Amino acid sequence: MPLMPVKFTLQKRVKLAQGLWMLYWVSVIVGILIFSLGIFFKVELRKRSEMMDNNESHLVPNLLILVGLLTCGFNAFGGKVCHDSLDPMKYTKWKPMLKQYFMAGLGFNVVLLVVALLCFLMQFSVYLTLADGLKYSIRFYKDTDTPGRCFMKRTLDMTQIEFRCCGNNNFRDWFEVQWISNRYLDMSNDEVKDRVLSNVEGKYLMDSVPFSCCNPGSPRPCIQHHLTNSSAHYDYDLRIEELNIWTRGCREALFSYFSYMMNSIGALVLFTILLESTDMAGLKYLTTSLEAMADPENPECESEGWLLEKSVKETVAEALGKVKALVKPNQVQEGEEGAAPAT
Amino acid sequence: AMLLKIKFMMCGAFVFSLGVYLKIELLRRAEVMENTEIHVVPNILLLVGLASMGTNWMASRVCQDSMDMSRFPRWKVLLLAWFAVAALLCCLLVAVVVLSYALQGRLEESLKIGLRNGIRFYKDTDVPGRCFQKETIDRLQIEFRCCGNNNYKDWFEVQWVSNRYLDLTSKDVKDRIRSNVDGRFLLDGVPFSCCNPASPRPCLQYQLTDNHAHFNYEYQTEELNLYARGCRQALTDYYMGLMNSTGPGVLSVILIQISVIVSLRYLQTAVEGAMALENPEDESVGYLLEKGLKETFEELKAKVLDMVKLAQVDPTTSEVSPEAQEAEKGDNATKTPSPPPAS
Repeated sequence: MPLMPVKFTLQKRVKLAQGLWMLYWVSVIVGILIFSLGIFFKVELRKRSEMMDNNESHLVPNLLILVGLLTCGFNAFGGKVCHDSLDPMKYTKWKPMLKQYFMAGLGFNVVLLVVALLCFLMQFSVYLTLADGLKYSIRFYKDTDTPGRCFMKRTLDMTQIEFRCCGNNNFRDWFEVQWISNRYLDMSNDEVKDRVLSNVEGKYLMDSVPFSCCNPGSPRPCIQHHLTNSSAHYDYDLRIEELNIWTRGCREALFSYFSYMMNSIGALVLFTILLESTDMAGLKYLTTSLEAMADPENPECESEGWLLEKSVKETVAEALGKVKALVKPNQVQEGEEGAAPAT
Repeated sequence: AMLLKIKFMMCGAFVFSLGVYLKIELLRRAEVMENTEIHVVPNILLLVGLASMGTNWMASRVCQDSMDMSRFPRWKVLLLAWFAVAALLCCLLVAVVVLSYALQGRLEESLKIGLRNGIRFYKDTDVPGRCFQKETIDRLQIEFRCCGNNNYKDWFEVQWVSNRYLDLTSKDVKDRIRSNVDGRFLLDGVPFSCCNPASPRPCLQYQLTDNHAHFNYEYQTEELNLYARGCRQALTDYYMGLMNSTGPGVLSVILIQISVIVSLRYLQTAVEGAMALENPEDESVGYLLEKGLKETFEELKAKVLDMVKLAQVDPTTSEVSPEAQEAEKGDNATKTPSPPPAS
């Protein structure tokens, strides 16, 4: 008993072929979209790679680019088959490839599922990489004369301005690091010497933040220095001051940006899986209804199309049987060879 | 015919979208512009875009109907008006290109006044109507990498710290206020948004003209600390760049429009010639002007004079039927011995 049989007249077949052709081209466009999103994601990761200590994993965008290209090719082929399906001459050259095409389609859907899962799960890795990378960025902020790190200051400043964030977890991360280079510190000054001597490692620590932490939406000109000292500034109370500098940490800001991107790409890949399954179901109906035509010379005849030749159970049993047969002949041969020398 | 229709509509849509884009960009920075004279450029583009979409749609309908002898005559009356409108649109597009260069001076003036006001009202974050000036100017300086109106010294002449945040009992503050006639608290300092992230040293905002206030600092040679460009220059360059890059697009649309007008004239005269013949399937001559350029001009002049004379002598209206005339171009239509008809 075939699975979900549907009767097709010539009109219905033609309509199915046309509709399926359009659907295949929509799938090609979706494939192009996945490809370009993969490229976009890769570019964004590259742009922020300094914040992640150049440690970020490019697995997901590379997979997306590959999968996007495969989707395009796959669906273009399917569209061509649809287009030729109503012309018996052209259709005969595609017929032998159809079985492999359906197998490949199934495998491809599994690959898409894996990619979607990766999109959702790799966010953890991005989070951890960001935490580490930002820690180093803040530490190397002052090293504008060290080759390899001289652009860290600019990158971190631009990131804090663009993402409206300050520090790793919050602005207090800047209090624990010396972010002013010794080149600009007057070592003969008493105050400077006091600060440097006040901690074990001899770092010049301040309760100040760089200018890029400033919030333009604050009604008062930005207060950068002596942030924990309420009496250092007129009419300033650090406990209630909210608008002066950005309160969000850059790790959270960058992570939410990347997580939003990865979630939407994952959703798009899941949608592609649905689309691909619909395409394959439609193509199966079309090909089976064409093959089931009682009189190939008369295109007007009715025919039946189905998804699977037998029911699901029987198909699975048959497939398992085939797999066993592939494995068993080797065993039988070994057994025979074993039996022959034994006797 | 379908392809032509799409091509023509795309021209109009292109011009319209150019107008929309320019208008949006101008509106985004409307707060630092004092007058809206420069808006005439995108307004004309919007108008011409819409109008040319309409005229090109009509042209495509004429093309479609020209194959059918029975439907063509109803367009005869409208074609005259169509040629006039299309010529007007071309002139408007040329005017747009000219205006975009001519109005540069006015744009600079408007920006100068707008920015001056913005800087003056920077501190008024508690005055309704001006409370967002600070945020606007800060974001502008960050985005366009500029400082002040002409340069950073514009900030020295204005009090940009609100009195709400000044400790008026402090000696330093009182000295500064008394040091000038208007009683303003003037600083040789700039807001944080003037800071250049590419500077190797953490940003110096205050006491900029005092070399001894900072270690290893000489304000005469310091280049990277703040943005060197003035915001007026930055914004003018930006808008001129926008309009220059749209220049070639508009010029090509003008050329396409002229070619549409010329081809439609040929089509009109050729079809009218064919209609006058015994056998419509025969060849007929298409032309741009019934007589040569000089003669057409003389004829037109005579007709106009006639009209004026008749108006003076006899106020009753007389029948005058002017023909649509245009400048001569060089192209040849198919030639056969058949007389050109009178329209």
